[in-house]
Amino acid sequence: MDVLYFAWVRERIGHPKEKIDTNPATVMALVNELRAREPRYAAAFADLSALRVAIDQELSDFDAPLKNAREVAFFPPMTGG
Amino acid sequence: MDIRVQKDPFDLGVEANAFAERQQGMGAVVTFTGVVRDLGEGDLHAMEIEHYPGMTEKALKKIADEALSRWNLGDILIIHRHGTLKAQDMIMMVATASRHRVDAFQAAEFLMDFLKSRAPFWKKEVSDKDADWVAARDEDEDALKRW
Repeated sequence: MDVLYFAWVRERIGHPKEKIDTNPATVMALVNELRAREPRYAAAFADLSALRVAIDQELSDFDAPLKNAREVAFFPPMTGG
Repeated sequence: MDIRVQKDPFDLGVEANAFAERQQGMGAVVTFTGVVRDLGEGDLHAMEIEHYPGMTEKALKKIADEALSRWNLGDILIIHRHGTLKAQDMIMMVATASRHRVDAFQAAEFLMDFLKSRAPFWKKEVSDKDADWVAARDEDEDALKRW
């Protein structure tokens, strides 16, 4: 699946997008997989209350299932307008 | 409904006039424009706006659809820029049209409240000293509850 990062999450992780060959059951399982990769991931995902997640471009929750998801994005709370 | 996400500047007067002129039977047109604040004191100040191409357009359409279902509106226009903007630049605008003003005013406020915290844009303020991502405010999240 494609995993996307925006704003400071992108800066902290160091790239905007990556393809990950994995099949986690939930967003949380994906987060834990990413956290275990490298310290910069662990740092970016340290405080989930500061993060939002979108599954296939729809705002979602960390406990949401990831079945058949093609694209998961992590980003801070939005500041449009 | 006209939704545009663009790097280029827009002309508020031209857009507002064109929007008003293409309405029929609408007695009220409300517009709102967001502008990059000038922080003053000679700081070099720019704003970088990042967004999530694809999701942004979908999120804006969803917010506009919701407004159309809640109020009696003739039309909605949303323009939101991304990229690098400087002080006094216009960031975005919404326009709403309705037969009577209450619908247009309320819908414009609704659009702005949701656009602020449900459309995937992120602002970074850049001065000559540092660059900081703008933090979302609790008041912005609370503002959604009134709808």
